[in-house]
Amino acid sequence: MAEAIQTAPTTPSEPASWVGRFLDSDVWASFKRSKLTIAAAFLTVLFMAAAVLAGVLAPQDPFDPAQLDLLNSRLPPIWNAEGMAPFLLGSDEQGRDIFSAILYGLRISLAVGILGVAFSATLGIALGLIAGYVGGTVDAVIMRIADVQLTFPAILIALLVDGVVKSVLGGQLDAGTTLSVLVFSIGLSFWVQYARTVRGSVMVEKNKDYIAAARLIGLPAPVIMFRHVLPNVLGPVLVIATINLALAIITEATLSFLGTGMPETMPSLGTLIRIGNNYLFSGEWWIVAFPGIALALLVLSINLLGDWLRDALNPRLR
Amino acid sequence: MTERPYVEVKDLRRVFDVSKPWLNRVLEGGEKQYLKAVDGVSFNIAKGETFALVGESGSGKSTVARMVVGLLPPTSGEVMIDGISMSSQAASSERQRLRRRIQMIFQDPYASLNPRWSVDRIVAEPIRAFRLIEDEKDINARVGELLSFVGLHPADGKKYPHEFSGGQRQRVAIARALASDAEFIVCDEPTSALDVSVQAQILNLMRDLQDRLGLTYLFISHNLAVVRHMASRIGVMYLGRIVEISEGRELFTHPKHPYTRMLLDAVPDVGMTGRQRIPVSGEIPNPISPPSGCTFNPRCPLANERCIEQAPPLLGGVACHAVHEGRTTTHAAA
Amino acid sequence: MSVLHPVLSVRDLRVEFVTRRGILKAIDGISFDIAKGEVLGVVGESGAGKSVTGSAVIGLIDPPGRIAGGEIHLSGMRIDNLPPEEMRRVRGKRIGMIFQDPLTSLNPLYRVSEQLIETIRTHTNLSASAARKRAIDLLAEVGIPAPDKRIDSYPHEFSGGMRQRVVIALALCAEPELIIADEPTTALDVSVQAQIISLLKRLGREHGTAIMLVTHDMGVIAETADRVAVMYAGRIAEIGPVRDVVQNPLHPYAKGLMGAIPSLENDSSERLVQIPGSMPRLSAIPPGCPFNPRCPNVFDRCRVERPDPIQHSEHRVACHLYDQSPVRSEAVA
Repeated sequence: MAEAIQTAPTTPSEPASWVGRFLDSDVWASFKRSKLTIAAAFLTVLFMAAAVLAGVLAPQDPFDPAQLDLLNSRLPPIWNAEGMAPFLLGSDEQGRDIFSAILYGLRISLAVGILGVAFSATLGIALGLIAGYVGGTVDAVIMRIADVQLTFPAILIALLVDGVVKSVLGGQLDAGTTLSVLVFSIGLSFWVQYARTVRGSVMVEKNKDYIAAARLIGLPAPVIMFRHVLPNVLGPVLVIATINLALAIITEATLSFLGTGMPETMPSLGTLIRIGNNYLFSGEWWIVAFPGIALALLVLSINLLGDWLRDALNPRLR
Repeated sequence: MTERPYVEVKDLRRVFDVSKPWLNRVLEGGEKQYLKAVDGVSFNIAKGETFALVGESGSGKSTVARMVVGLLPPTSGEVMIDGISMSSQAASSERQRLRRRIQMIFQDPYASLNPRWSVDRIVAEPIRAFRLIEDEKDINARVGELLSFVGLHPADGKKYPHEFSGGQRQRVAIARALASDAEFIVCDEPTSALDVSVQAQILNLMRDLQDRLGLTYLFISHNLAVVRHMASRIGVMYLGRIVEISEGRELFTHPKHPYTRMLLDAVPDVGMTGRQRIPVSGEIPNPISPPSGCTFNPRCPLANERCIEQAPPLLGGVACHAVHEGRTTTHAAA
Repeated sequence: MSVLHPVLSVRDLRVEFVTRRGILKAIDGISFDIAKGEVLGVVGESGAGKSVTGSAVIGLIDPPGRIAGGEIHLSGMRIDNLPPEEMRRVRGKRIGMIFQDPLTSLNPLYRVSEQLIETIRTHTNLSASAARKRAIDLLAEVGIPAPDKRIDSYPHEFSGGMRQRVVIALALCAEPELIIADEPTTALDVSVQAQIISLLKRLGREHGTAIMLVTHDMGVIAETADRVAVMYAGRIAEIGPVRDVVQNPLHPYAKGLMGAIPSLENDSSERLVQIPGSMPRLSAIPPGCPFNPRCPNVFDRCRVERPDPIQHSEHRVACHLYDQSPVRSEAVA
């Protein structure tokens, strides 16, 4: 049927599969080039795996009081003369194995971080999409709220939420509720960045003609937003989410250190550091040092990944 | 009974508010500013015809295109297609049916295709949106057919827009426009982002498709030679108004409006025929504060008092006091 | 002695871009001369390498690009191997530049007068007041009305066409021997483009400046240039006097290109000549003649052997069709 229309020779090459395309991409090439990034990625994966497999790897369940023995309290690391198996990195004042506590604490820190980021990203992306696509008064209201929100430091908001929830529910909260409160407060303090970035990208994308083409066939605005605009604004969001994961983990650690985070019965890395802090001056350095090192390494490697991702996805960003 | 034109554009106007934000106006004491992008444009297009709007930047030709397809609501005026008004009064089901028959091809083939979608999905979108074909297998077959129709290989559908050259992308955009069985296609500078040899391919393809499918085109361009090649009737726009409208051949052999003449003289002479030309003077004024009367008067060799005071109406295909008064020979004699 | 030398002489120039997928040959062995007062049009479609040629001449090839071979001489002096500092002086003083977007050449923060006077004083030893007078004369020469008043405006206060005139004045400041104009009219409207073209033409003639005019627009070349080089995939397909190339192109690509341009004279019923396909990407330039997959006259030799430029009357054309020499023993049997 196309005899009159001269065929433009198109490259007959077989379209590559999803994996093939990724392995051929510039992002993968820049990953392979950076040794630091590879190390950071390796560490991050290692930490994640350790957190997931905590139940298998840890010699002891630190959350189970029945397994703790006060006779084993404040033991130094195993390479020390007074150290003993299985307390690889020593134990704290309740006879809790530090190594096990770090693994379980990692699990909690990562869970709070990832859930917090997921919550703030969802909130921020949704509000940013609406603000950017609808524009006008809706945009103005959302962005003014964001401006106000930005004047409060994240820690302050988290403390505020924590205080409100405590006064409503009364007194001490159980570990599950505390975790939800942490996720909620971290989510509330970080959404602005997503909303602003997404709004900016949406305002650029919505004026492109592929959006006009979608409007021409009468697609409703929500469909255009989710099918066409959203996939094209997610690149910067991925970068922010990675960097925010590190921030969220630190925020959680800070809150736990200040005593409004995870309780001592179910410690996160921050709680462990707070506990250890009390024994630092009595010479039991291992209780604070090892959780501290774990936290620093985790945050550092995630940050390095985030930095690399930002440069790899968009050299012009920043 | 007289034949009704397929597309009727009646006294279309569009004003943009280009004022500074409210707070800045209050603090800096500025006035509200309005830009009359389109100022009373009317034309008809017969079924199967190509009508072109030609003009330089700021002439409002693209704004007209966006209003005709319904992407931009007009400030006033009306667009009727096949007797159905595009304005919101019409029943929405009727407009949805009308929408299927109107499509658009955009200037920049890099921005008009969603970069995250495969070509298959892009071309299939109108089919799915209008529920023209329900069965997935039939949709795929139809997409393959459309791709070969515009000179691509059906297997190209698996690829993404960035894997194609500009011309190939414009072919994909044409395939998408045809996917909903459109009858009327508005082409906004469809080849100005392309190289000449590729432009020739796309222009030829568009004409072949018109012959085969009986398409009606509204063709927007700044390139007079391209317009001459494509259109049977042409409207010349200057600062939001049509200054001359006529049959293609007539416009190029006997231009009437001084602006049309100047524009024709400005086109580089590729054939090196050495035709006589009058040098061009001046630039397009700022459309926010256009000159009074006929907006072309500051650059016009024929301008007089009346041209500065009074905007000329479009009579006999020309909006020019001098032509209406028969003062056209002034500079030819000089 | 320099009378014997053309203003610009490019010999077997090669420019490469090193990427992780390999070396891309953006310019693959091109040679041309521009004489005093001559306008050479360099025309080609996107990817032909015409802008890279211009950048190579002014020494502005940035990594990962590099000049991989050949020589560039400016009035007899070799300039492709100058140290960057010396090249910078040559660029300001002896070669002027005009780019597509006037705003990239003008600093928005400084008045036009400051930019002109600074450039003039860097390259001449005029006093401040003499330099200002010269700047006003230049603005008048490029057709800016009331130059003594407009000279103290900022770039954004000029319209697009006037801004391009200011850039031309800036390029003329040091009385360069050569001006490289890269798509100088592409961003302008038709009516303004015509004015800039005639201005360039007049200035080249009056000052005896050699002009290398890089553009994709054959119309601009036909109006302005004395000779034209048609580029394809990093090589010169055909070079010759503009009238000959426009009216009687020899290379099949040049023929196709000329036929593809819609013209005001032709009637709309005619079909445009179309060259199938598009310019190859630098990573996939076909062996032999790079045009062979799209060429209507292709034969076996084109697919294996790269055509060298052949003198054919006034033209030089890189096409086996015009090779009169006895057929060499060929690999294709």
